[in-house]
Amino acid sequence: MNSSIGKAYMSTASSSAGRKAGDAAAAAAAAADQFPAGLRVLVVDDDPTCLMILEKMLRTCLYEVTKCNRAETALSMLRENKNGFDVVISDVHMPDMDGFKLLEHIGLEMDLPVIMMSADDGKHVVMKGVTHGACDYLIKPVRIEALKNIWQHVVRKRKNEWKDFEQSGSVEEGDRQLKQSEDADYSSSANEGNWKSSKRRKDDEDETDERDDTSSLKKPRVVWSVELHQQFVAAVNQLGIDKAVPKKILELMNVPGLTRENVASHLQKYRLYLRRLSGVSQHPGNLNNSFMSPQEATFGPLSSLSGLDLQTLAATGQLPAQSLVTLQSSGLGRPTGKSGIPMPLIDQRNIFSFENPKLRFGEGQQQHVNNNKQMNLLHGIPTTMEPKQLAGLHHGAQSMGNMNMQVASHGSQSSQNNPLLMQMAQPQARGQMLNDSSLGHAPRLLSPMGQPMLSNGIAANVPTRNGIQENIRAPSYNPVPQTSSMLNFPMNHASELPGNSYPLGSTPGISSLTPKVAFREDVNSDIKGSVGFLPSYDIFNDLDHHKPQNWELQNVGMTFDASQHSNSLQGNLNHAQSVLVQQGFSSGQMNGQNRSATVVSKTMFSSGDSTGHVNAQNGNQPLNSLLVDGTVRVKSETPTNLYPDDFGQEDLMSALLKQQDVIAPAEHEFDFDGYSLDNIPV
Amino acid sequence: MERNPMRRQLAIMRKSLFDQGHLDEQFIELEELQDDANPNFVEEVVALYFRDSARLILNMEQALEGKPFDFNKLDGYMHQFKGSSTSIGAKKVKAESTLFREYCRSGNAEGCVRAFQQLKKEYGTLRKKLEAYFQLARQTGPMETASRPK
Repeated sequence: MNSSIGKAYMSTASSSAGRKAGDAAAAAAAAADQFPAGLRVLVVDDDPTCLMILEKMLRTCLYEVTKCNRAETALSMLRENKNGFDVVISDVHMPDMDGFKLLEHIGLEMDLPVIMMSADDGKHVVMKGVTHGACDYLIKPVRIEALKNIWQHVVRKRKNEWKDFEQSGSVEEGDRQLKQSEDADYSSSANEGNWKSSKRRKDDEDETDERDDTSSLKKPRVVWSVELHQQFVAAVNQLGIDKAVPKKILELMNVPGLTRENVASHLQKYRLYLRRLSGVSQHPGNLNNSFMSPQEATFGPLSSLSGLDLQTLAATGQLPAQSLVTLQSSGLGRPTGKSGIPMPLIDQRNIFSFENPKLRFGEGQQQHVNNNKQMNLLHGIPTTMEPKQLAGLHHGAQSMGNMNMQVASHGSQSSQNNPLLMQMAQPQARGQMLNDSSLGHAPRLLSPMGQPMLSNGIAANVPTRNGIQENIRAPSYNPVPQTSSMLNFPMNHASELPGNSYPLGSTPGISSLTPKVAFREDVNSDIKGSVGFLPSYDIFNDLDHHKPQNWELQNVGMTFDASQHSNSLQGNLNHAQSVLVQQGFSSGQMNGQNRSATVVSKTMFSSGDSTGHVNAQNGNQPLNSLLVDGTVRVKSETPTNLYPDDFGQEDLMSALLKQQDVIAPAEHEFDFDGYSLDNIPV
Repeated sequence: MERNPMRRQLAIMRKSLFDQGHLDEQFIELEELQDDANPNFVEEVVALYFRDSARLILNMEQALEGKPFDFNKLDGYMHQFKGSSTSIGAKKVKAESTLFREYCRSGNAEGCVRAFQQLKKEYGTLRKKLEAYFQLARQTGPMETASRPK
């Protein structure tokens, strides 16, 4: 009976001694099993009557209730405090936003379990809930019994996450868990950052399986692997972002088992991602947070990356300057304990290591749940990074590859880092990782260091990133580091970037990364931009959600690559640029970095313009802004969306270049003009 | 002691609300939620319902004045109204809402108008009865445990 149950609850709550003592079983149970109690529920319903009743019911269940009568308010609440809620209950029919849309947003950005409710019990509506990913559907009027068990969805989700994590070795699950625990990081960053990082990563991890499953009636959450995402992006670019409709995209992609719905929801995410890129405000702090959060756990050690490390890594010569920068920025950026930094670096690495698209560092990384999450971003790297870009990257990658190796060999300076690096390698999550790690560190690195920061920063990051550093080396990689996109980037190119394939996994080199970064110093003086990498962290986070992010990075990376090879700009500049670029694209946060990045990239591009894609980039302002900002927010300065209509690498390049222009004034004193790219010791 | 007759009267009122079909199980759910922390919970919810639904009724009236009817809009309003009514256990009002929606879906303008009139009638009746009920309840003091109608 409700009353009796309710009473039970009440009595427990009211703690009537006699009662409790008397009802030993109940009391014991209540005391022992605290868990459902205190569950943080966000309930969204435009009907005030229902809202009041639900609130009362949930309170009776001893949950912590927050009520909200508008979907937009709920979404912003969730974004501000990503880890502030355990489960969301939402009505289907709401005036300002469709409940299913809210459901998708939440799924993408926060990956929280969402329960739908409605007075409508029609089969179609319920089915819609299922297909949109609701974990449950309640018919109104809702009874308290139905609410009493909603905690199961929270547990189930966490359990699944961990399971996936373990399976794929990605940090996703871990990230998610970590994410939960590390609200701060996530919440601070732009929503985008985290939004789907965890979710994305998770999805990425289980690409194949989920894909097949989703095509059925089951949750349509297809796992968007790097390749799949690349195909998607290629299709979108081919159609033109404005004209890209799910049906056509589906046709172009020609992937068996993929449904229009899968594409539609992915497209939505992509759009959100792009939008985020263009409108992301820079949150210097966020960078670290967003990315770092998941990674934080793992990155912790990374943060310890010191400039020296980076330098060392850089010195090893493998790390492209850029990567160093990125690394630094990312790693250094996040002074916080959060591992954050490692990510950025890692991302870079991932990018590079994308050579082996499915390089799942995850395996090794598992520990770094975060990383995986991050990584996903990378692998999201759009296919835009077409072969040509990849080729460019390759150049860089090659060198990077070496670096990676080196890095890897360094051994795990930071045990944590490595995992991250590993993650980075993974095409998928890489992006994320990098972002986090790099973002976290990057800013820091740069700031304190000033110019040399980049290099130092990178160095700092490098340690953790080992893998990443390598990336830095490769012109192509650098951009990536920050944003997860970078990571992905490599993934896409998979084959192309020899360097990319840095064995992120071999991350032990993370520490080695730092050294690499260090060498960048030579060039850097202006690497200030590396700071900008941090922003990419956020980017990555955001990217995680959206593969798009990865794309950006990738492009960025690409551009860098091109320039990289040609110029010996490998030095810091490259790093900065590449890193920045990467970051810039994805997050735009690289504000501070962007500038440098842009500058750098410009230099790079011009000099190196080997691949040519660098030039193309001009359009990609976002990168610049990203880089400059130092905040992970991609959008910081990008006048244009990172993803111009054709998100191809060209765009990134142009964006990067543009950013460079924009960023030029950046605080970093990158004096690219004086840079002779050739000097950059790769 | 004086309260006994009042309490008795209250109980009779309550029972009749159920017997006459104005209220259903859901109302009891609300009563069961009432506790020391919220001693007037049910009354508060019902008051909130009438306040909010009055707005919807007004919207619907306005929508029914226009010609031709915007059935989608009407259906939307009624969906909301029905949801609220259901949540407090307003049985008859809920039934009329359902009927109205059916007319809406079939595009039966006349049916809609008739159903709406009927709905307003039931709504008014319920409102009066519940107001009287809660007024008495306040005078009577805390309600006894909610019990299901025989």
